[in-house]
Amino acid sequence: MLDLSFEPPKPKVIAGAKYDWELVIGMEVHAQVASQAKLFSGASTQFGAEPNANVAFVDAAMPGMLPVINEYCVEQAVRTGLGLKAQINLKSAFDRKNYFYPDLPQGYQISQLYEPIVGEGEVIVDMEPGVARLVRIERIHIEQDAGKSIHDMDPAMSFVDLNRTGVALMEIVSRPDIRGPEEAAAYVTKLRQILRYLGTCDGNMQNGNLRADVNVSVCRPGQYEKYQETQDFSHLGTRCEIKNMNSMRFIQLAIDYEARRQIAILESGGTVDQETRLYDADKNETRSMRSKEEAHDYRYFPDPDLLPLEIEQAWVDDIAASLPELPDEKKARFVKDFGLSEYDANVLTADTQNASYFEAVVADAGDGKLSANWVINELFGRLKKEDHDITESPVTPAQLAGIIKLIKSDAISGKIAKDLFEIVYTEGGDPEAIVEERGMKQVTDTGAIEAAVDEIIAANPAQVEKAKQNPKLAGWFVGQVMKATGGKANPKAVNELVARKLAE
Amino acid sequence: MSIDKQTAARVAKLARIKVEDDALPALAEEFNNILGFIEQLQEVDVDGVEPMVSVTPMRLKRRVDGVTDGNQQDKVLKNAPDAREGFFAVPKVVE
Amino acid sequence: MTDLTKMKVAEARDALRKGDVTSVQLTESLLSAIEGADALNAYVHKTPEIALDQAKAADARIQAGDAPDMCGIPMGIKDLFCTKGVPSQAASRILEGFKPEYESTVTTKLFDAGTVMLGKLNMDEFAMGSSNETSCYGDAVNPWRRGNDDALLTPGGSSGGSAAAVAADLCLAATGTDTGGSIRQPAAFTGITGIKPTYGRCSRWGIVAFASSLDQAGPMTKDVRDAAIVLEAMCGQDAKDSTSADLPVPNFEAMLTGDIRGKVIGIPKEYRLDGMPAEIEKLWADGIAMLKAAGAEIRDISLPHTKYALPTYYVIAPAEASSNLARYDGVRYGHRAKLAQGDGITEMYEKTRAEGFGHEVQRRVMVGTYVLSAGFYDAYYNRARKVRTLIKKDFEDVFAAGVDAILTPATPSAAFGLGEMTEADPVQMYLNDVFTVTVNLAGLPGISVPTGVDAQGLPLGLQLIGRPWEEGDLLNTAYALEQAAGFVSKPTKWW
Repeated sequence: MLDLSFEPPKPKVIAGAKYDWELVIGMEVHAQVASQAKLFSGASTQFGAEPNANVAFVDAAMPGMLPVINEYCVEQAVRTGLGLKAQINLKSAFDRKNYFYPDLPQGYQISQLYEPIVGEGEVIVDMEPGVARLVRIERIHIEQDAGKSIHDMDPAMSFVDLNRTGVALMEIVSRPDIRGPEEAAAYVTKLRQILRYLGTCDGNMQNGNLRADVNVSVCRPGQYEKYQETQDFSHLGTRCEIKNMNSMRFIQLAIDYEARRQIAILESGGTVDQETRLYDADKNETRSMRSKEEAHDYRYFPDPDLLPLEIEQAWVDDIAASLPELPDEKKARFVKDFGLSEYDANVLTADTQNASYFEAVVADAGDGKLSANWVINELFGRLKKEDHDITESPVTPAQLAGIIKLIKSDAISGKIAKDLFEIVYTEGGDPEAIVEERGMKQVTDTGAIEAAVDEIIAANPAQVEKAKQNPKLAGWFVGQVMKATGGKANPKAVNELVARKLAE
Repeated sequence: MSIDKQTAARVAKLARIKVEDDALPALAEEFNNILGFIEQLQEVDVDGVEPMVSVTPMRLKRRVDGVTDGNQQDKVLKNAPDAREGFFAVPKVVE
Repeated sequence: MTDLTKMKVAEARDALRKGDVTSVQLTESLLSAIEGADALNAYVHKTPEIALDQAKAADARIQAGDAPDMCGIPMGIKDLFCTKGVPSQAASRILEGFKPEYESTVTTKLFDAGTVMLGKLNMDEFAMGSSNETSCYGDAVNPWRRGNDDALLTPGGSSGGSAAAVAADLCLAATGTDTGGSIRQPAAFTGITGIKPTYGRCSRWGIVAFASSLDQAGPMTKDVRDAAIVLEAMCGQDAKDSTSADLPVPNFEAMLTGDIRGKVIGIPKEYRLDGMPAEIEKLWADGIAMLKAAGAEIRDISLPHTKYALPTYYVIAPAEASSNLARYDGVRYGHRAKLAQGDGITEMYEKTRAEGFGHEVQRRVMVGTYVLSAGFYDAYYNRARKVRTLIKKDFEDVFAAGVDAILTPATPSAAFGLGEMTEADPVQMYLNDVFTVTVNLAGLPGISVPTGVDAQGLPLGLQLIGRPWEEGDLLNTAYALEQAAGFVSKPTKWW
């Protein structure tokens, strides 16, 4: 189990013209379930197909068509619930949410209002080493995605593509436990990380596969604590919901704008209307969608085309048994087993591919700290330069481990190792063979190093005098020796020799 | 429970059925008639009664995750009143 | 040669197998009868070419010797069933021009068995009605008349076209659907047999939905044996309908022994309505006597929540319909209203649905919208679901006490005149379903069997209600009743 302990971060405080204010944020994250086919049809979920190509008759709501649930989507929701340490409801049910919109062919969305499949869970949101916030999950339910309306292809018409219609979504609803814009982004980041670990959502925000509705309210300091004690929402301010955010940056900007807007209203004696708002990234502001809101009365009722969804505990147990190690556990293990800093462990566990790359390196090379250094600083740095991710790395874990092993055996110096890394990165090849072929081996023969040291000392008497006064200047001699040996001299040996000779 | 003209108009709007203003009083009257009939249900003692979920209880059928459908743009669009460039076309939606 | 159109399914099956007649001959004679019967307005889309192709294929199959019972049998199909490439409009203007690219499961099963489709049959719009007067095609007409009176009568509804076609020998059998009595009431009004099986017996896939938790398809036939044969071909588990039952389909026809000795027949006192016509009283009493004479035990029973069945139905059915019919929005198929300058998407919806839906459909969609709307859900919809639980429990209790089937009248009257109810308020029309609607709410099988005529010579039917999934036993009881009643009257041809 997790043995990282943490301090909760301070809530973000915004100073208004009159008072200080705190933010209270809850989120509804819509995560597209990773599956081949849609929630209630056999049509593909593949992104980027021709318009209306991935559409079954049931997706187009042709008369008489009926939904049949994709069991894997249910499994994915259960897996997600387990990953968030949530209660799994063995009985859940589907309801229809009724409204008219051209990209909603049925005229209703099949969702789970009254009986969701997943109940209460939690997410630990890491802010900085030693500081994290526990955000409670209220529920997760399964629902259908809508299609896509395109408004800019024709001046008078909107065009409707149903490829996305009926794709399974998980709506992950948090409690209002998030206390600032950075935390909100960190929450989404952590949730995304967990979903990707679980393989239940690819987390691609650009394609809209992960998007968030953000509920923002503000309150005076102290009020939130009263809410926490009583769970009575009346201690909190009126919230506004900002719809459909699919960028971490915009989430933060929108929350900040929205909080300031609400504070301005409250400080001038007004009241905040509970409403749905839309974030306009171009103007960096939120605006009311009241027009859309007024007629909304969703008339939820249980979908008579579907029976209640009953699942068996044994099935849930099987899924639980197959869960991968999750980020928090993996991080704790990296800290404990490899002696990594929490920071390094965080970086290496950001996603499973990073983590398994690191684990492959460390398994081969040993030395967790040195391996972490090389993976994070050299490899990630180099990949970032070319905007590649770990899956595109030209250096395999075995190659990187090879380099690290050469360092550890003193066969090459740290500096040479960087050159070697660059060669392996750009040209490929076995590090050990390259070192042999290109004569990059470190000189550990003290005789040869001593000769070089003697030579330099003899040639620079003035420097020697200065260095005797100030031992810190010994570094200059070390540099000269390294230069003279083409960087191949063992720096440790050089250091020792220089120190000894200067002391003579 | 009595339905007035405004309520009738609101329901018609919610159902997306255009009802002319002068037809609303008659519609409200019809609603009242039907709702009066339905009102009898208030007499029934339903304390502790579970609402019916499915009239023939059974295990919900499942499908296996696999692509078995789709790739039929022509068939999907065939009956459309207005289809263009592979899309359904509708009057401009203003967000 | 005898008049082939008068054949029953079982007779035709045997004659086809013996080679006494071909499916093409049967089909041709029915097609010509249909041509001469436009006055009944039973067929709304005729499909003679499809019929003849299917008949030829059926004949070949029969010759090859592997023909199932339904092979070569010409049927009419209610317009509510989606039939591939053939107009399927649910008798609504909003589905004008709609030709599905798919075939309903029930018609697929029938066609796979070699059934011949003569055409699509008239009905109430979206199956909402009890007189076939809400159809966008105009009224279907009952082939029966009151003596010599030439006033046109309703064949009942919603499966009015199916009932008229079977009664007038315009097909050997027809498909119907029943949400609150839409098979049984028209069957009773036209002197034919109609069975609504247990909810979940027939797949609903490809049948235009009215009220999903109540809708069931079933056959409308000239007698009980035919009902058994056609039902068997129509039902069965379907992976495409989550509410279809995964149960084997027995050989229903083989269960028709006519032996009902020792069976317990319940007579529910709550079905004895105030002001029930004496003719209906007598019909019921006669039926009781017949079953008793056949060796059944007659037992008085109580179904205490019967009174609340209609109001329950008129909450649940419109609520589900309001949602099921939201898809008719003019975007993907069917009618789209012509728009005025400046009209947007909302106007398109509102005008399309105002033009496309008839008055009764609009009314029910709006009532359904109202009962589901914020603040009323618990008072109406959820309460109705609870009462529905009680209604079902009433039946469970009597079945648990040993009752095998329940005998009631099928309708409170004989067929009424077309237009006679136009001025009445909608609730008066809804009362037509008073004996049938409980069966849908409880998901039970129910069958209407013609057992007598009224003073004006119009047919009347009795309803038998069975235990869930025991259609075979129910059909057998109905068979015994049919034998005892000996109803053989046919309408005199006037069309």
